[in-house]
Amino acid sequence: MKLIVSLFPHIHTKDSIPWRMWNVVIALIPALVMSIITFGWDALWVILISIGACLLTEWLITRFLFKEKKFTLLNGSALITGLLLGFNLPSILPWWMIIMGGVVAIGIAKMSFGGLGANIWNPALVGRVFLLLSFPAAMTTWPTGINSPFHQITTGASQAAADASSGATLLTYINNGNTDLSSYNLLDMAIGNMNGSLGEIGGFAIIGGFVWLLLTRVITWHIPVAVVGSAAFFSWVFGGAPILDIFAGGLLLGAVFMATDYVTSPMTHTGQIIYGIMIGFLTIIIRRFSAYPEGVSFAILLMNSFVPLINRYCRPSIFGMKERRKMAV
Amino acid sequence: MSVKTFHKGGIHPPEEKLTADSPLRELQVPEELSLPLSQCIGAPSKAVVKAGDIVVRGQMIAEAGGFVSAPIHSPVNGTVKKIEGVRNPQGLWQEAIILVPDAENPLADESTPRTKEEIEALSPQDIIKLVNLNGIVGLGGATFPTHVKLSIPEGKYADYILINGAECEPYLTCDDLLMQTEPEKILIGASLIMKATGAKRCIVGIEINKREAIKKMKDAASKFQSIEVQPLKKKYPQGSEKQLIYALTGRTVPAGCLPVDCHCVVDNVATAFAIYEAIYLQKPLMERIVTVTGKDLSGRGNFKVLNGTSLSFLLLNAGGLPENTGKVIAGGPMMGRAVSFPDSPATKGLSGLVVMPLSQSERKESEPCIRCSACVMACPMGLEPYLFMQQAERNYWEDMKGHGVLNCIECGCCSYSCPASRPLLDWIRYGKNMLRKMK
Repeated sequence: MKLIVSLFPHIHTKDSIPWRMWNVVIALIPALVMSIITFGWDALWVILISIGACLLTEWLITRFLFKEKKFTLLNGSALITGLLLGFNLPSILPWWMIIMGGVVAIGIAKMSFGGLGANIWNPALVGRVFLLLSFPAAMTTWPTGINSPFHQITTGASQAAADASSGATLLTYINNGNTDLSSYNLLDMAIGNMNGSLGEIGGFAIIGGFVWLLLTRVITWHIPVAVVGSAAFFSWVFGGAPILDIFAGGLLLGAVFMATDYVTSPMTHTGQIIYGIMIGFLTIIIRRFSAYPEGVSFAILLMNSFVPLINRYCRPSIFGMKERRKMAV
Repeated sequence: MSVKTFHKGGIHPPEEKLTADSPLRELQVPEELSLPLSQCIGAPSKAVVKAGDIVVRGQMIAEAGGFVSAPIHSPVNGTVKKIEGVRNPQGLWQEAIILVPDAENPLADESTPRTKEEIEALSPQDIIKLVNLNGIVGLGGATFPTHVKLSIPEGKYADYILINGAECEPYLTCDDLLMQTEPEKILIGASLIMKATGAKRCIVGIEINKREAIKKMKDAASKFQSIEVQPLKKKYPQGSEKQLIYALTGRTVPAGCLPVDCHCVVDNVATAFAIYEAIYLQKPLMERIVTVTGKDLSGRGNFKVLNGTSLSFLLLNAGGLPENTGKVIAGGPMMGRAVSFPDSPATKGLSGLVVMPLSQSERKESEPCIRCSACVMACPMGLEPYLFMQQAERNYWEDMKGHGVLNCIECGCCSYSCPASRPLLDWIRYGKNMLRKMK
């Protein structure tokens, strides 16, 4: 009988990259449903194009540039990039722009660095920021008079608000110097009855996904809580309304699904908290003091760049090292 | 009931304690025993018998080859056939004494127990000397000669004896069984260790999945002053010296130091039992309990195994290797070594044989690191395994040292927990080896 010989350990966890990635996909489903309810089938269309572009780009590059026979699409990583990119786009973006975003996200931000695990910046955000800088008008044109079943349920006030915003998001409204927020209903914001990019709008749906990720231990609480907490704090410091800053725009989506991307976030809990706090801080700074109404994407990408540095200074403490130093003294 | 554990890292592999309720089974004496001269960490022993010599059970057949070394004793009455090279479970050649047991009464024993007066008259130095003469080594798997541990260096002292009954390795149940059947003798062994080292207190640490063992040991401990039993949470690698010390006493062994630097001495329950047998019964270490287990092994159980019994004889008595066997592991699945040569002999350090089906024997294909930090979170020593692997792949040995690779206890938590199935520990051990060579 032939015996297999290998080095220890001889057992291995059931955890795997596909298992983690597919759990992220599951966690994104509530937000997907919310976006379809709010924006109609346009939303699904945008997301499907985005996923298709990402998967195809990844396959073409692994097959014809890396010349790898292995089929890597099933690990779910490109699918998540596609989903997240779609979530970051308005539902009325032309199809060719979506494809362009997918090609940039996977082709430039991920594969040109060497593929899974080698990229420095979050691919979906690179795709979004590329589109935002290239097509600023299209990327900030939102559908007017969004048609959602919730409109019929909620009161006339929010109906009026939705019409009044007519294609502008709450953040644009604040950025334009408006301070009268009385027409905005917090409940509407939490359940997604407001304007914005596809995946940004359903606060509760995203929190539901966050709970799922925590329960399946795909992520820990550190980054999302640090991001949201620090955004709320600095919003208060700069005289804003913390609750509005949390629920408006892509802060929750970014905090839960994009800042927590393994590849582009720090390794230790200390590092993750510093990283999260800085993302929250930069987001508010950009929202308040720059020409852009939204700053989450920029904040996360900026902090992605600092991750190697954070990893260098936030190391885990070696067991017994403190005692060793004491002995030397 | 307070339950303690260590604070940093650790993993929860499935328990798989399939033989937890199996009683101790004695084996027939095999037709031949081969006792390798190198059975413990340190210098190999030196044979003091030659081919044709008649030996009796308990007779020393090889003496210690140095201070960090231990003698070897014949487990049977019989004849020395020859001294020749045999293969160890990994297939490497090593010198061994081949014994042929007598056809009649190979286990007949003429040694007499020591009287109470004799035992009370023993000084700490006497105990340490007897531990050495009886060939006792750490039976948890490390096989470090026990007398070296008990000899507290000049200027240092021990105030805690920690008896390791954690048995955090999946599958293994030999310590569990011993604690259930011989709790009192283990504790007598522990008090002998206390006497030898001058320590005033003793704690036995047992993981809570061994409820019966905890109960029996607690009952037994109530008869001893200054020995207590502490239940521990189930977490691997709780049985590792530094983690056990932290769990039981809250003390931290300074990096690069030994347990005695925080005034602790740690010994396995089986070692304490062996010390009892050596001092009270004048019976040297020549047999031990071995768990032979596996999901598809029909006759799995806990066996009393004579030193030098071949592994294939053991497996045969446990029902024989099933069709679907892919791997046999000497020791537990986390830190045990894969067996490539099943005809090799059982040695003092063998705690178990685990038979793995083919479906669980092959490693998964390694994927790129996604920096998920699972290895960093799992490392009980607070190291960065993913970083070591990158450094080792690029031959940056000095950088590995700078990041503290020498603190690694090789528990395997990193490789176990990696979702990308990366062989982290292999590279870490490779790096440690290169650093050792550079010295």
